[in-house]
Amino acid sequence: MTEHLMTSAPGAGDAPSPGEGLPPALAEIVEEFDAVPERDRLQLLLEFSRSLPALPERYAAHPELLEPVPECQSPVFLVTEVADAADDPERTVHLHFSAPPEAPTTRGFASILREGLDGLPAQTIVDLPDDVCSRLGLDQVVSRLRMRGMLGMLGRIKRQVGESLAA
Amino acid sequence: MPAPLDTAERFAAYAHPERLVSTAWLAEHLGEPGLVVVESDEDVLLYETGHIPGAVKVDWHVDLNHPVTRDYVDGEAFAALMGSRGISRDTTIVVYGDKNNWWAAYALWVFSLFGHEDVRLLDGGRAAWEAEGREYTTEAPTPAPADYPVVERDDSVLRAYRDDVLAFLGGQLVDVRSPEEYTGARTTAPAYPEEGALRAGHIPGAQSVPWARAVAEDGRFKPRAELEAVYQGEKGFSPEAATIAYCRIGERSSHTWFVLHHLLGFDDVKNYDGSWTEWGSAVRVPIVTGAEPGAVPAR
Repeated sequence: MTEHLMTSAPGAGDAPSPGEGLPPALAEIVEEFDAVPERDRLQLLLEFSRSLPALPERYAAHPELLEPVPECQSPVFLVTEVADAADDPERTVHLHFSAPPEAPTTRGFASILREGLDGLPAQTIVDLPDDVCSRLGLDQVVSRLRMRGMLGMLGRIKRQVGESLAA
Repeated sequence: MPAPLDTAERFAAYAHPERLVSTAWLAEHLGEPGLVVVESDEDVLLYETGHIPGAVKVDWHVDLNHPVTRDYVDGEAFAALMGSRGISRDTTIVVYGDKNNWWAAYALWVFSLFGHEDVRLLDGGRAAWEAEGREYTTEAPTPAPADYPVVERDDSVLRAYRDDVLAFLGGQLVDVRSPEEYTGARTTAPAYPEEGALRAGHIPGAQSVPWARAVAEDGRFKPRAELEAVYQGEKGFSPEAATIAYCRIGERSSHTWFVLHHLLGFDDVKNYDGSWTEWGSAVRVPIVTGAEPGAVPAR
């Protein structure tokens, strides 16, 4: 998705980039949030919430295959697919989410994680730094309490992928 | 000048019908001077997806809670908030929101701590407005800033602190959380995040009346007779006796506070906003588990 892509200001001093050490797609999203004033970050999150793809049919018909995320105040479910080592030594990961339209904040979180992490090798996801969510700069506009929902999703994604690697 | 009252017949039996407006009344009076519509939701982005035309947003967490202390904003911050939303001291405010108006009732209660006189709830909230196919817009309003006086919050009438509740044990306490939280099977509402209570159960002597028992299937408040059957009939509460309501962080109990105070006319109702996230973590306060209110410890 590139329609809300913004380039960050070049040469903005020596401060470390908020996207540093993150996989490219996620780094781009984090920098996109960093580049806009706090007030506009809510609008950006709303754009992400709108671009969350619907569940593929194989999951829509089988909700029991998805894991609930009780850290979120809304009913959100996720599933990770990790490629077999025999077919794909990188063990590429795909992510799918389900969250209702009346929970746009949760959908926004899910959409960021999907866009930032889908298609990455499993080990890259397991190794993600723990402060990824706070780098979005949403603590003030969304509140830290609500950010816990996103942390809950990320924690479950890392755990599911880690379990697949260990299996 | 206050907006006219909604004289809908179905509100007439309530103790304070002037605290409610219907969707039809609101649609008719939208945009009139002296009336400001406030949306207050659990989801911080829901307003941005579409809201009642002209409505301004007030977020319970970002706008009403103190940014550092576990408390509400002070008089100056409240005045700035209200002024920025185009609200004066004599403005009629109609609040509505998601989740059966939990957060709308919470905002209304906080506005009441500051003594804002004319604040009303849209019966049925967002769900009722939507079910009737009424208009939403994503256009952000740009209200002309208003002068709102700096008023010190008065917590003495509508708000209870932990020590007040300790001294009140044996009085009319109502626990509005889910049955699982009341019995102590869990510390949070089903499907809700863990918010840090260390112990599970309820305050000794508290009666369990989950907040939703005040709401009809369409999301509107039940008629007065049905509400009386629950609170006065089944639980034996007296409208003359002092009452304290609590939940997990004070939002669902704001809803019950509204029901007891404004709809049933209980004179003295306080909301204990510290609620279970405080009581369930406080050292050496008494706790009862199980389905019965339990014995109140001797003091």
